[in-house]
Amino acid sequence: MPSLKGLQLRAELFFQIRRFFRNQGFLEVDTPVRIPAPIPEAHIDAVPSHGWFLQTSPESCMKRLLSQGYENIFQICKVFRQEEYGARHLPEFTMLEWYRARADYSHLMEDCENLLDFCIGNLWGKKPFVYQGESPDLSRPWPRVTVSEAFLKHAGISVEDALATDRFDEIMAFNVEPALGANPVFLMDYPMEKAALARPKPGNPKVAERFELYIGGMELANAFSELTDPEIQRERFDQEEKERLQAGKAPYPPPVRFLQALETMPPSAGIALGMDRLAMLFADTTDIAKVNAFTPDEL
Amino acid sequence: MINAGELRKNTKLMIEGDPYVMLEVQFVKPGKGVAFYKCKMRNLMTGSLLERTYRSGDTFEPAALDERKMQYQYAQGDEYYFMDTKNYEQVMLTAEAVSDAKDYLIDNLEMDILFFGKKAIGITLPNFVELEVTQADPWVKGDSVAGDSKPVTLQTGLVLQVPPFVEEGTLIQVDTRTGAYVTRVKK
Repeated sequence: MPSLKGLQLRAELFFQIRRFFRNQGFLEVDTPVRIPAPIPEAHIDAVPSHGWFLQTSPESCMKRLLSQGYENIFQICKVFRQEEYGARHLPEFTMLEWYRARADYSHLMEDCENLLDFCIGNLWGKKPFVYQGESPDLSRPWPRVTVSEAFLKHAGISVEDALATDRFDEIMAFNVEPALGANPVFLMDYPMEKAALARPKPGNPKVAERFELYIGGMELANAFSELTDPEIQRERFDQEEKERLQAGKAPYPPPVRFLQALETMPPSAGIALGMDRLAMLFADTTDIAKVNAFTPDEL
Repeated sequence: MINAGELRKNTKLMIEGDPYVMLEVQFVKPGKGVAFYKCKMRNLMTGSLLERTYRSGDTFEPAALDERKMQYQYAQGDEYYFMDTKNYEQVMLTAEAVSDAKDYLIDNLEMDILFFGKKAIGITLPNFVELEVTQADPWVKGDSVAGDSKPVTLQTGLVLQVPPFVEEGTLIQVDTRTGAYVTRVKK
């Protein structure tokens, strides 16, 4: 059940976010929700729809727009993922994505700081911002912590060992995320095998330029310096598809036009931010249902 | 088979040969990573609690449980006997399996008995049961010291808070889900 405060804050956030990106000269785009070929990702399952699929994110369409010369674009849209249902997940949820051409993930970290500053400034003014009894320290720059550092600090294990024993996701979920605390933190530089769409970090090809933003221990956004090499992208997709098949999942059609578009896509950075999570943060709730008009159980 | 993604509160599943009921499922999924299901379950045979974390792709055997309408007969020590009134078949439940339901068991009361295969493992009581008050302090009208409730003892030995006007020998209705007094019943 939604709370009145939850729905009001949600509406307010939509408004403030559109203002923020308009002010910066971004073009709001509105791409199809139903697509023929989702991006193959091992642990994200698209909902079939009459031979096509509902998007799990607007990534492929937005990157095709980048390749056509639309350089700064954003979108707020519904996305769909099978079987994701819990206090922080709904199988249908709302995503904000934005892309910047000729930028990398460090620009997106600044965007996150600016965007949250803007929203909190307009919605909270001088009032203290509180989430679950704690006031996150929002002074900038927000800490940037590498995944390697976080694994050593919070789990006492190296990322290499975690990957070798197939415990990376488990340690991330049960040791690292709960230890991140109330303050904002950018968890950055993921191992290459955990970032199929990100480019390698110059000078350290073992890690990818990917970050996740956490506030109040809650994952809010995922960002990449985008991989623009169609050949490497094709190989990464093959790997993801292999994992999907091993898990007994049906294969996706190859995203041919997306891969073609990469050939002309400028170096870019892109980010997906969960609008429901952001609304949860602002409405001071740990339950995603409180910021949604209806959950599937209520329909 | 049940997929980990289908686990919900009240799902009944087999774990290492025993039937369990799911009490709580917490869905945890780090960005782009595999999904985890942090589960709290109760063993329906022993009553013990189990906490386990499963991951997406894990599968489970559903627990084959049925419910049959039966009538309470009598207790002997720690053994409680129930009978199927259609075929007169009798089953026994241990005090452990009966648990707090013993406070509501009166002769010939009908209820659902939960079976795992041939073995009776639990009780689902009717929501309301009528019980006689066997001991109550008398009601003195105008006694403001007594307050708005008093303890009485029911025929099963259950002690309950009821309004002061309820007297010995009265039949009352009790909500078995909350254990609270509902109303007086005419005999």
